[in-house]
Amino acid sequence: MTDATAEPTPAYLRAGRSVGSWLLTTDHKRVAILYFASITVFFLIGGAAATLMRLELATPAADVVTAEGYNKLFTLHGVIMVWFFLVPAIPATLGNFILPLQIGARDVAFPKLNLLSWYLNLTGGLLAGAALTFGGVDTGWTFYTPYSSLYSNSYVTLAAAGVFVAGFGTIATGLNFIVTIHTLRAPGMHWMRLPLFVWSIYATAIMMVLATPALAIALLMVVAERTFDMGLFDPERGGDPILFQHGFWFYSHPAVYIMILPGMGVVTEVITCFARRRVFGYTAMVLALMAISIFGFFVWGHHMFVSGQSAFASLLFSLLSFVIAVPSAIKVFNWSATLYGGHVTFEAPMLYALGFVGLYTLGGLSGLFVASVPIDVHVHDTYFVVAHFHYIMVGGMVSAFFAGMHFWWPKITGRLYPEGISKIAALLMFMGFNLTFFPQFILGYAGMPRRYQVYPDAFAFWNALSSAGALVLAAAYLLPMGYLGWSLVWGARAPADPWRATGLEWRTSSPPPPDNFAKQPTVEREAYAYHERDEAPDHRDSGAHRPQSREVPDGRG
Amino acid sequence: MNIAIGPGSASVVSGPFDALFLALLLLSGAIVLLVAGLIVVFSIRFRRNSQVERYRVPHLLSREVEIGWTAGVAFLALFFFWWAASYEIGLVAPPPDALEIHVEAKQWMWKTEHPNGAREIDALHVPVNEPVALYLNSQDVIHSFYVPAFRLKQDAVPGRTAVAWFEADKTGTYPLRCAEYCGTSHARMLGEVTVMEPDAYARWSEAQPEADNLATEGSGYFTAFGCSGCHSPASKVHAPKLAGVYGRPFELEDGRTVTADQAYVRDSILQPKRDVVAGYRPIMPDDFAATLTPGQVTALTAYIRSLGPDEARMEPAP
Repeated sequence: MTDATAEPTPAYLRAGRSVGSWLLTTDHKRVAILYFASITVFFLIGGAAATLMRLELATPAADVVTAEGYNKLFTLHGVIMVWFFLVPAIPATLGNFILPLQIGARDVAFPKLNLLSWYLNLTGGLLAGAALTFGGVDTGWTFYTPYSSLYSNSYVTLAAAGVFVAGFGTIATGLNFIVTIHTLRAPGMHWMRLPLFVWSIYATAIMMVLATPALAIALLMVVAERTFDMGLFDPERGGDPILFQHGFWFYSHPAVYIMILPGMGVVTEVITCFARRRVFGYTAMVLALMAISIFGFFVWGHHMFVSGQSAFASLLFSLLSFVIAVPSAIKVFNWSATLYGGHVTFEAPMLYALGFVGLYTLGGLSGLFVASVPIDVHVHDTYFVVAHFHYIMVGGMVSAFFAGMHFWWPKITGRLYPEGISKIAALLMFMGFNLTFFPQFILGYAGMPRRYQVYPDAFAFWNALSSAGALVLAAAYLLPMGYLGWSLVWGARAPADPWRATGLEWRTSSPPPPDNFAKQPTVEREAYAYHERDEAPDHRDSGAHRPQSREVPDGRG
Repeated sequence: MNIAIGPGSASVVSGPFDALFLALLLLSGAIVLLVAGLIVVFSIRFRRNSQVERYRVPHLLSREVEIGWTAGVAFLALFFFWWAASYEIGLVAPPPDALEIHVEAKQWMWKTEHPNGAREIDALHVPVNEPVALYLNSQDVIHSFYVPAFRLKQDAVPGRTAVAWFEADKTGTYPLRCAEYCGTSHARMLGEVTVMEPDAYARWSEAQPEADNLATEGSGYFTAFGCSGCHSPASKVHAPKLAGVYGRPFELEDGRTVTADQAYVRDSILQPKRDVVAGYRPIMPDDFAATLTPGQVTALTAYIRSLGPDEARMEPAP
């Protein structure tokens, strides 16, 4: 294949072919690829566990695994998916690859620390994997004491150590992004010209740095109690089992936003590009992101409405949980309004992104139910909650991850994937997801607790439906692996800017050279200047300076 | 194949619960329709090949829209918080005349005990239209007492006594499930709550084998473990006399005020040196945590509660 646009330097992919050139790389793009490889493996492991669980739950009786085995399956699924797939998914892969490009930087601020983050994440994953190989862990991903500290006979210490180590990788990644965004922006890239993907990573990075230590402390206490018999959570010796829940949720509620905010950023990039329209309410979107990352720290107690915390505390946490719904709703309305007056097309990234908006809306609205104390008392620890957070984390985050993968795939790999089948995969994922998880809302409302291996016959129908949906969903996940893999070898070469998008990442070749840009790009306009006055709507944005329309308040940053 | 469509409805809170749930469902439906409608209509109307005129949205107007829906959403959020909170506040404390049931959770069974000493395993019989207060303890890990038909769930946490209450308004048998993951047989930690007419409950209650009730059992331990040596009215040791103590506020040495409730009494048995009432010295042995079983602590607490409150006043001696 001949390449018409000869590149001055070879792409980052061809900068070195040895294994060492990958494992010791400090190029943010190659680190992103390392993360992408490791989280794909973890996703497959976590997904296999989920498939086995749905297989077990297809009928009311126990027929696939033992009770012990089932408990280990859902623990494995939760631990792997949360810490080794969802948390690193968008920040460490797409964030690592795209963020420096989008702000016009040559790398992240601390390239060696970036590589170290990956090794920490991988080490954590291997420790957790070792716990699995030796016989599994049966505490659930929440590690509640005193079950995890005094009663469980499984490999809790090893798994907790894995999550502990991976946490340092998360903190390092967050720190790296914060410093990168503060110090390495291209000339003219004011704060209020930053693409919202960058803002979303910024908000996420703050939470990573501030919340993860709380998890580390909580897990360290569990390990200390198991190893040195310290009695921190043992009421007979003056300990308090509830103390763990505070530490754990002080991390794990912000962690939910660590998992979803980057997805919001991706979806904003995709919707503006395929609607050919500037984002509706840029400032409101930025404020909403930052509000979520701040308020996200003050709602952890809504996981503990039935734990025995004081009624006053419960009501306060309930109020704050309702308040945090406001910025989330603003984002949904703004994405919808962005379509207004656009020239909308429906490529695969757009289908995934629109799917995200729908599923995130349902997930967010079900959050209002669980924010209400009396309703949460009924649905807490039932499948209603399982459905609620899967709508956010899988319907939301995984859809956004696939949207971003399809959007930036040509930039990352330099190849184009087949269009028809990618649209089918996007639709299949939307339908399979709803078929799997919507019945779980009904199950939870009807009173089926989570983490049940066997259940009454009355719940059989909805569980069978959910298990059928899981098969569709599994197919929808495997399909992209097939055609994206295919495109790596046989896909057509991608031009620098296949979507005619505005971000700086599209101003360099696909795939980019090791130093990202042949010459330092400068920024003269807002993000998402897709469609301006006196301009043909489909006009190719060359990045040249043009008179600003009055509609654009320039220099807001 | 059976299809459950709801949790059933058998308690006085089912009505207000269902009203709030339905209201949230309608709100959610309206917002989903709005968002889906906007996306579908805009997507079709402004699809790439449509020739429809594209008007720019003036900056001022877009700001008004933004402020408008932010205010709308904020109002709805606060309104629903107010609704949920005002309904919840009414449910916090059990009515004083509630029937008192003690629940001990352990891997993997529920043990319940009635005021007259009748005991059941994985079952609970209660009269209809009468408030029932549950005092929940756990002997090992955290469990959660969940009766979907009553919209009732409360964690039983080792080391503390949780209080929850309900009032069933329909006779019948309703499933009880453990909702907090508690180990291997979590999914099999099930029971039944049977709601009976009051006279049927009275007959059932009388037919149960004789057993000491908790307070009587506790008074036995009070002597057997030597508590009475210091705490009995005749004792010369400067220790609080316990008649009438329960439910009253006390000032501690460090100036804080505590109420001698279930949790405080329990803590004072297990960790007597922690919160000492002003005017006393921490002389009580602190090894009871090792010598008493959780069941014995519950019985002792019940005994101390049975002593008061009354007109007796405990003034610290100078």
